[in-house]
Amino acid sequence: MKNPIIKIEGVTKKFGIKNALEEIDLSIYEGEFFAIVGPSGCGKTTLLRVLAGFEVPDSGLLFIDDENMRNIPPNQRPLNIVFQSYALFPHMTVLDNIAFGLKVTGVPIKECYQRVKTLLKLVKLSGLDDRFPHQLSGGQLQRVALARALVKRPKVLLLDEPLSALDAKLRNEMRQELVRLQKSMGITFILVTHDQQEALSTADRIAVMNNGGIKQVASPTNLYESPSNKFVADFIGSINLIKCEVRQIEGELCAVTTGLTKDLFSIKGKNEISVGQSYLMGVRPEKIQLTKLTDIDQYDNKLAGIINNITYLGRSSMYHVKVSGDENVVINVSMSHSDRSENIDLCIGESVLMHWTAGSALLLEDHDP
Amino acid sequence: MMKQVGSHRLIFWLTFIPPTLWLLIFLLIPLSIIGSFSFSEKRGLIDIELSWILNNYIRAADLIYLSTLIKSIGVAGITTVICFLFGFPLALGIASAPPRWKSILLIAVILPFCVNLLIRTYALIAVFRTRGFFNFGLEWFADLINVPFEPLSLLYNDTAVILGLVYVHLPFMVLPLYAGFEGFNKTLLEAALDLGASKLELLTSIIIPIITPSIISGCILVFIPALGSYLTPELLGGPNSQMIANVIERQFMNANDWPFGSALSMVLVYLTFGILALRYLCFNNLYLDKNKRRL
Amino acid sequence: MKIKNNHKAPKMSLDYFYQWWFKVILCVTFIFLYAPILVLIIFSFNDSRRNITWRGFTFKYYEKAALNDGLIDAFINSLTIGIFNTLGSLILGILTALLLWRFRFPFKAVYEGIILLPVVMPEICIGVALLVFFNQIGWANNLPWPLSLSKITFAHILFSFPFVAIIIRARLATFNLEQEEAAFDLGASPGQVFTNVFLPHIRPALIVSGLIAFTLSLDDFVITFFTSGPDTITVPIKIYSMVRFSVTPEVNAASTILLLITLCAAGIALWVHRAKISRIGKL
Repeated sequence: MKNPIIKIEGVTKKFGIKNALEEIDLSIYEGEFFAIVGPSGCGKTTLLRVLAGFEVPDSGLLFIDDENMRNIPPNQRPLNIVFQSYALFPHMTVLDNIAFGLKVTGVPIKECYQRVKTLLKLVKLSGLDDRFPHQLSGGQLQRVALARALVKRPKVLLLDEPLSALDAKLRNEMRQELVRLQKSMGITFILVTHDQQEALSTADRIAVMNNGGIKQVASPTNLYESPSNKFVADFIGSINLIKCEVRQIEGELCAVTTGLTKDLFSIKGKNEISVGQSYLMGVRPEKIQLTKLTDIDQYDNKLAGIINNITYLGRSSMYHVKVSGDENVVINVSMSHSDRSENIDLCIGESVLMHWTAGSALLLEDHDP
Repeated sequence: MMKQVGSHRLIFWLTFIPPTLWLLIFLLIPLSIIGSFSFSEKRGLIDIELSWILNNYIRAADLIYLSTLIKSIGVAGITTVICFLFGFPLALGIASAPPRWKSILLIAVILPFCVNLLIRTYALIAVFRTRGFFNFGLEWFADLINVPFEPLSLLYNDTAVILGLVYVHLPFMVLPLYAGFEGFNKTLLEAALDLGASKLELLTSIIIPIITPSIISGCILVFIPALGSYLTPELLGGPNSQMIANVIERQFMNANDWPFGSALSMVLVYLTFGILALRYLCFNNLYLDKNKRRL
Repeated sequence: MKIKNNHKAPKMSLDYFYQWWFKVILCVTFIFLYAPILVLIIFSFNDSRRNITWRGFTFKYYEKAALNDGLIDAFINSLTIGIFNTLGSLILGILTALLLWRFRFPFKAVYEGIILLPVVMPEICIGVALLVFFNQIGWANNLPWPLSLSKITFAHILFSFPFVAIIIRARLATFNLEQEEAAFDLGASPGQVFTNVFLPHIRPALIVSGLIAFTLSLDDFVITFFTSGPDTITVPIKIYSMVRFSVTPEVNAASTILLLITLCAAGIALWVHRAKISRIGKL
């Protein structure tokens, strides 16, 4: 097992009475593209600033490449940040901006400019050396900010919501660029973002944060398919959550009842489940199928309902179905238009049957982790 | 938000005419008159004839007047430098204060400025004259350490004038500098630190280049008034500490030589315009980009 | 594993406020700025005619000042000029601010520079120019009071209204034009929009700039010196002649009174808008 290049142990940071970070433990490995996601105010930016040295934790330890970072100021840490606002120096050209970090650490001028030129080529900005920041577009500014940090060959690159200021199309392009850059340079990237799509599409591993704590750390696939708690399940992608109670455990599966029907539902179980306990049954919208009500006997995990509303999304639609057993419960079902079965009319007011496989559902604890 | 004149003609003229008229009548025309006087000569006790001669200016170039002018420029220059040396760290410190302290400190710095110039200068006299409190304090201290004491003659010389000018003009340096620091994008400092800059490099490579327009503003707001100051040299200066404003005043009040006085005044006016024009030409591109400096 | 961190960790970018050198400079500066004034105030209570050493506490010089006819006349003059100046500067200042905020016109940058001329130009030049001007147009010197104060008042308005304009203009920068458009949309006339939407928004700026105009007028010496006559003396000029004549605590007393008025006016203005002042960089 490789030694982690970043080790965070028990880091806590308070602002006034609020706990911005609470007992954070995290290990990040060399060469990873690591993402930290969470809603606004979850503490991800604070964590980033603690890593960079702009905030000092109230307690806990931070190691970068096995070196304790206590008392080491930001200008002596082996990592660099790409700021959300880019923070390019407005009075310097692109060339000088990128060269700044090298000049202040005493790299000889010739080597400075050589490295800058190489990096400009790498981020595809050759020829823009003499421009000033106010003459560049958003995407170009982004690349200059990247180049400025990368030219220093840091062990770790921190990115604070780097793509939030770009429009959707540019964002997608830049995501691919970031992954490409990371793979080719082999530097550990730590990306902080509130956009879970961004994290899912770029990272090797993701940490999901909420209220100052880390809720789960896993690969994108594991995070999506096997969220360990209610928050992660709902934050990454979306999920329908139905209260249920465990009746029986049979090997990997368990049988649960819901308050909605008399039927038993079959769910993929997990460790430490007790019979009689209340849990949440989670099913993602795209894992639910819609068929005619008359097919009701063909399936095991099923719920009847009436389509209350439809949200058109282009290549798919989200059907909001009111459950027959309890009108207050609305299940969201996502169906792509190419998958629609021909023998059912999906319009508002139509009675439908929702069904899914046992393996598609998740059993989650019914409390905030 | 801005409109072309066409859409609201009436309102435009309503807002344009009164201030313009006022400036015209009470500033531009009077300045033109003394401008014309500067090219005139006295005929008799009261009459002045515009004869388009340069006598007044030639006389202004006499050593006695030229040296006063140069001395005034020197005094104003030193005042500006001292104000900058004190004002820069002061403004920097106040700008980095916690919000609660900022307003208190700013007001504390501005408040003395609201006190009448005359009163403040008079107060300085009371403190620094031979039998004033500064000397009393020194005397008390000298007695304490048993050193013979001669009261310092601090007043009625050039040093006193400079001191008085700094005393009066310091807020005019602090305020523009403070405004510059306040509007400064602090993330740039974090970025520079992150890239490895030391505190000193932060100051020289990042802060000062970006804050230059404010520095220029502060210097101009101190230099020009200091150059033309009248009361401070009059009250605090000795016979050799006359500045140009004192000379001008004498021409109008005592010597009654209005054409010559006008010429001297116009020299000051030309200097003022010159400095402003210089700033406009050299630093206008800095100002143009100012809106885009919010990167 | 909880390990408490030592809170003497290195401080970050803008911690200049906490540095020792700043505290030293701050102290020195404030002593330098305030000590003379405090001494002046304290010694206005000095029971000694020559006012060099302290001989006891007394109010008698304040009595003397209060009974000094010349001083009282000067106070009345100063206050009158101050009030008229404030009114005139506010009107001109609002118009100027409106003009610059609302309209684009050729040579606007030059015009903005000219507006600031009375502020930047040395007072001696303006004073002398006005002296000559009023003399040349034959402005009568024996008008009845308060018209006799007109020369001074006009001059004061000249250098006050640019300050008012700057302050109001800064306030206008935060005015959301859509408020005005909404008012029109709801049926208001231009006059109603002006009084009900516009004026309330700039009211704080009006108060601050009015107070500043008042203090500027009260304190002015040089320009007033050249535009006043023997019958139209203001307090600064009176104090000046008192200083030249003899340095008694009466001068201190008169100065202290003037000082207190100015400080009150300025202090109120600054304190009420302290939050805005501390953010002047972010206009």
